[in-house]
Amino acid sequence: MMHEPERSIGNLLSNLPCKSKVVGALDWHREAGNVRAAGGQLLTLWGADDRDRDGSFRIFAAYLLDDGIEVLEHAMGNGITPTYPSLAELFPCALHMERAVYDLLGIASMEPDHRGWLRHGGWPRSEFPLRRDFDASRQFAIDSQPYPFVQVEGDGVHEIAVGPVHAGTIEPGHFRFSVVGEKVLRLEERLGYTHKGVSKRFEQMQQAEGHRLAARLSGDSAVAFSWAYCAALEAITHTGCPPRAANLRALALEHERLANHLGDLGALGNDAGFAFGLTQFSRMKEDLLRLNVAAFGARYLLDFVQPGGVATELPEDTPRLLLDHYLVLEERVSGLRVIYDNHAGLQDRFREAGTLSRESAVKLGAVGLAGRASGVPLDLRVHHPWPPYDRMKPKLVMQSTGDVAARVYQRFDEVFESLRLCRMILENSVAGPIQADCPLAEPDRLGLGLIESWRGPVIIALESGPGGTIRRCHAHDSSWQNWPLIEYAILSNIVPDFPLINKSFNLSYSGHDG
Amino acid sequence: MINTLSRMIRTGILTETFPAPASASPAMDRLQKDMRNILGRALCIRHVDAGSCNGCELEIHALNNPYYNIEGIGMKFVASPRHADLLLVTGPVTANMEEALKRTLDAMPDPKLVVAVGDCGACGGVFGKSYASRGAVANVIPVQRTVAGCPPSPVAILEAIRSAVIEA
Repeated sequence: MMHEPERSIGNLLSNLPCKSKVVGALDWHREAGNVRAAGGQLLTLWGADDRDRDGSFRIFAAYLLDDGIEVLEHAMGNGITPTYPSLAELFPCALHMERAVYDLLGIASMEPDHRGWLRHGGWPRSEFPLRRDFDASRQFAIDSQPYPFVQVEGDGVHEIAVGPVHAGTIEPGHFRFSVVGEKVLRLEERLGYTHKGVSKRFEQMQQAEGHRLAARLSGDSAVAFSWAYCAALEAITHTGCPPRAANLRALALEHERLANHLGDLGALGNDAGFAFGLTQFSRMKEDLLRLNVAAFGARYLLDFVQPGGVATELPEDTPRLLLDHYLVLEERVSGLRVIYDNHAGLQDRFREAGTLSRESAVKLGAVGLAGRASGVPLDLRVHHPWPPYDRMKPKLVMQSTGDVAARVYQRFDEVFESLRLCRMILENSVAGPIQADCPLAEPDRLGLGLIESWRGPVIIALESGPGGTIRRCHAHDSSWQNWPLIEYAILSNIVPDFPLINKSFNLSYSGHDG
Repeated sequence: MINTLSRMIRTGILTETFPAPASASPAMDRLQKDMRNILGRALCIRHVDAGSCNGCELEIHALNNPYYNIEGIGMKFVASPRHADLLLVTGPVTANMEEALKRTLDAMPDPKLVVAVGDCGACGGVFGKSYASRGAVANVIPVQRTVAGCPPSPVAILEAIRSAVIEA
């Protein structure tokens, strides 16, 4: 017998078209099968401790379908280990998410892999940080246990262990390669090193300040995450973001996309031994960051998007400055594209390295930039546009080969499309306020914010508590879907190509680990 | 090839003698001289992300762009802690990275310096101390210098490296 939830998720609110359903265990699995059959995607999975409310734990899954988002909710009794049917056989990317839900909440899927994903021994096995009776300020001595990687056996097979500290300025994570000679037979990733307890931290914050934490989930996607948070909060408080503010948010989001793509295009050239590419592109990125200072008051826009609007209006003379610079940037990127195209050494490294076929990409649930480079036509800005993208009609940019070259050209093409959108925003500028009042949300409302970051969809699921508090906030980066892709893309490639292949995805560790 | 060469010539040398000062900070060429006087020729830096949001990494990357060109003033990021004089640490130190951070520091030869970068490294930032985070880098390893900012600018990071070296 299932409890009738006090909060009906029939009232789920979002910046995208959204519906929701409360289901039992059987339908939890059956509905997932229907979504898969209809070509839908698993967007995110999260759990909540509602024992204080009705004695239950809950698990939520958000799916992307042709007509919008569908959220399923399933309640479990408070047994020794509350359990729900796994989605991993239908959506392989669910496996890591289910392991993370267990580490934080102690509710388990029926999938047999129960190795800690976010918990590396930083807190005891018997403690679950997202339970309401867990004191967030408690600290525990590290009790690290060996992590049983899957072993590959055979003549001449050996393992290479890499990380968590890598040989460059990158985030920490562990990669375990099983190789024969130079050829990779298997790669297993182990993540969770940058787990900072973000979900628990949200619960200690007020709704009006949560966007600051959201922006810091993954610094390179700060605009996307803070916008997703604000979209969720604005949905449950029925706040209309003024059109001028929505335009400025989109401008900031596209600048974030441009800066990251420029940085990656340079780094990809460099990883293939073409330092000239790094010099040129890092110069363009720096120019753009300095323009950000003129336009938005900061190089990285961590505190630009705020509930109800944005922090600052563009100074009077900047639109002209930006438009002029877009022309220069477009000319420079076009020139570099010709150079990349004609450079035999680069093409030799890029082509047919780290190929992820369209078939695998669909099966594994690839999203965002990496998905589009493998021919998965999915961009929230195009398929489910929210204001102001609904007026701007972004074009879908896609490649088909799924190799490093495809991810390089995906970035080139997205740079040009982003520049077009930025121009459109500045040339058709609407005047008006940049900030609306954002009241406190009624308690027990659930809002969903979805934004297409440069990497892929980012999602915030925000549940309000009484008096402007946050009861539960779940943040999801597209890296959850895309990290497992690299385990496939690397197969049969050689170890020295791994840095290049990894960089071509450029996934977030922090956004994933939370 | 002709394309590449012509672009190189057109781009010219971008390295700034002085990235716009926030306060009355000493000039880049003085920084350069200080570095030479103190270190002879070079400073080798190992960076460890102990749990950051990756914002600080972006600004550390920027140090390598042609405007700041830190290799030109004798500083270099190295791949192994065994080659490093200075450890640049970002992020609040997560419980999951505590051991790796300590081991990295242990692997460095003496004398060694530690600079904690960003609000998180300096004081724990927005994440603070929790079951998963130890907060400031100084809560886990000894730190000579911190740089505030979220993220701090490349110039601020350079200034902190400079003062850590001068004070040592």
